[in-house]
Amino acid sequence: MTFRRRDFLSLSGAAAFATALPHRARSAEPGVYDLERFGNARILHITDTHAQLLPGYFREPSVNLGIGAMAGQPPHLVGHAFLDRFGIKAESADAYAFTSLEFEKSAARFGKLGGFAHLKTLIDRLRNEAGPRNSMLLDGGDSWQGTGLANTLRGADMVEATNLLGVEALTGHWEFTYGEETLRNNLARFKGEFLAQNVFLTDEAAFNGAKALDPASGRVFKPAMVKDIGGYRVAVIGQAFPYVPIAHPKRFTPDWTFGIREQELQALIDSLRSTEKADAVLLLSHNGMDVDLKLASRVHGLDVILGGHTHDAIPQAIAVTNSGGTTLVTNAGSNGKFLGVLDLDLAGGRVRDVRYHLLPVFSELLKPDAEMTGLIEKIRSPQVAGWSGKITTIDRLLYRRDNFTGTVDQLICTALRREFDAEIALSPGFRWGATFLANQPLTMEDVLAETAITYPETYVSRLTGSEIKNTLEDVCDNLFNADPYHQQGGDMVRIGGLSYSCSPSESIGRRISDLKLDNGRAVESHKHYSVAGWAAVNPQQGMPVWDVLAKQLGSAKPRAETADNVALRGVTGNPGIVEQ
Amino acid sequence: MTTSIGRFPVTRRLVLRGAGFVTLAGFGITSFAPAALAAANDKYPEDAFRQKDGKEAIRLLYGRTAEPSDQIKLDAPEIAENGAVVPISVSTSLPNVTSVAFVVPANPNVLAAYYKIPEGTMPDIANRLKMAKTSSVIALVESGGKLFSAAKEVKVTIGGCGG
Repeated sequence: MTFRRRDFLSLSGAAAFATALPHRARSAEPGVYDLERFGNARILHITDTHAQLLPGYFREPSVNLGIGAMAGQPPHLVGHAFLDRFGIKAESADAYAFTSLEFEKSAARFGKLGGFAHLKTLIDRLRNEAGPRNSMLLDGGDSWQGTGLANTLRGADMVEATNLLGVEALTGHWEFTYGEETLRNNLARFKGEFLAQNVFLTDEAAFNGAKALDPASGRVFKPAMVKDIGGYRVAVIGQAFPYVPIAHPKRFTPDWTFGIREQELQALIDSLRSTEKADAVLLLSHNGMDVDLKLASRVHGLDVILGGHTHDAIPQAIAVTNSGGTTLVTNAGSNGKFLGVLDLDLAGGRVRDVRYHLLPVFSELLKPDAEMTGLIEKIRSPQVAGWSGKITTIDRLLYRRDNFTGTVDQLICTALRREFDAEIALSPGFRWGATFLANQPLTMEDVLAETAITYPETYVSRLTGSEIKNTLEDVCDNLFNADPYHQQGGDMVRIGGLSYSCSPSESIGRRISDLKLDNGRAVESHKHYSVAGWAAVNPQQGMPVWDVLAKQLGSAKPRAETADNVALRGVTGNPGIVEQ
Repeated sequence: MTTSIGRFPVTRRLVLRGAGFVTLAGFGITSFAPAALAAANDKYPEDAFRQKDGKEAIRLLYGRTAEPSDQIKLDAPEIAENGAVVPISVSTSLPNVTSVAFVVPANPNVLAAYYKIPEGTMPDIANRLKMAKTSSVIALVESGGKLFSAAKEVKVTIGGCGG
């Protein structure tokens, strides 16, 4: 890696967009998306679109705590601390896109973000500006999941949409939860490359002759590709989510083993540099940003890590030094809200300089592409007709993204407790899920946008108080472990009927305390409690959670769970939490 | 004995890696290479395998403490996909290796596996260790009469709830 200190000064150019954006995007000049021409290779990056084909709302977190060495460092900044760090003006369109500040007020002013027809327009424009054969479009994964449509069609809608968008390489996470057969069928129709250097056959599967890319390495998928861009060789390595069989039911990927695979990655980078004569090496990563930041410090020879998974919309590339020089780390948000633009100035065998921009996709500033609009309509119409009836209206903003709770999850927990007459409900801390404004009709399509997964079955079981505490401790450690490699990138499991205190900076076993039921009684370690939930890694038989939620929302006026059922300790002054 | 090395796929991997010139004496591989076991000629380190404390197991096995070495390549997952069978391998460029051992301090019995390495053998071992909970995994390599180690923490989690 060949960046020098003065190269980073140019990165401040990434913030220029923020200040250049007009106060009111709606009335903006067409120049909002005008980028200064730079370099000779333009790499466009989308990630974690979660199948959001249409423009939508997505509220960024007001709680995204970093603990220990990660405290106060990107991506663990929210609200005004985020604006200050990246030089974004309060109450601007960018402040709306990148933070939760004044969300509802700003949503009315600046409108929806994303949408594949709008993305298509922006991508085509930026590629045309770069000139023919001077650009590349990459998708960091979590493209095939997140809507009822994608779940019903098992990702096939997104294969068509990303083909039309022009995606040239994809890596995966939720893509794997459709299982090997669907994954391979979809990939057969996908026009780009599916890249994953860190997915291998298990020893058993290899012994039994399961399909691999090459038996010698045991790799299941192509690990990397090299594309000629403007006369230079740009290598892209795919890094799938490293913990698929841990975070999801192993039955979806029984033959495959994952992991970060640092050593294999280093060997691959070295061979791309020496044998393939790559002028630039990029990692298209679904590790999550904290993992990518650590990886960048331990592996050398990567120019840029284009990251996803943790849904962190970070306007600048973060420079990380390692034994070979410097690697830049980005993370490009979620739900189609953002388009990452990496302009590389390539010289023989190295990257001379870079510019990075993370552009919010303001749908009201972009004319939707007609062909993509037609494709989306054609795919959607037959499927969504039955999902358009109003189930209810909710009198508050519905969102999920925050470390500990979201209003959507409070509704789910309430529905689960009522359905199963359970004392306690648990709901996973996913980071996907649409945001819906208050007092709007909520439809089955909306309910599915919060719940559509391939293992939606609900359950009710009897757990002891200590089992409940251990579950909370385990999930909390996946969020706040001091070692990023021991984090899985989701948020804390959501709870209903229960309250607790959490000290994120403690170690596992010591973070969770003061567990109490809603009636004020302390949870006793040996006593049994009825616990309802969904998205278990073990097979369950209950009704899909979307049906439970729709049934309960439709049957009675929804009752709010207390939203402040987690008391945080030891986080005063942490810029990863918005001051109330 | 907590190693599951007797399972055939692992055995096969060892055979392939050894390419015919390995004579491996792995305790617990009851159906594998009896000639090598006989050749090893050392008695089973029963006391060391009974230990609950990592340091004591190492002392009983080697009578000394180990010093960290960057010439040991220890390959283990950051988070185990299945705590019952955690794939862990070790290879080393250290010369004259006479034994390799794996210690998992958080396991009920801390010494997980111990291999005698006959002269002329390539020290490259892949095995699976059973881990009840998150623990460091220590690989010990006896080389030229000295003891070296490498360690990595492996997390064992109940899973679920990933982004």
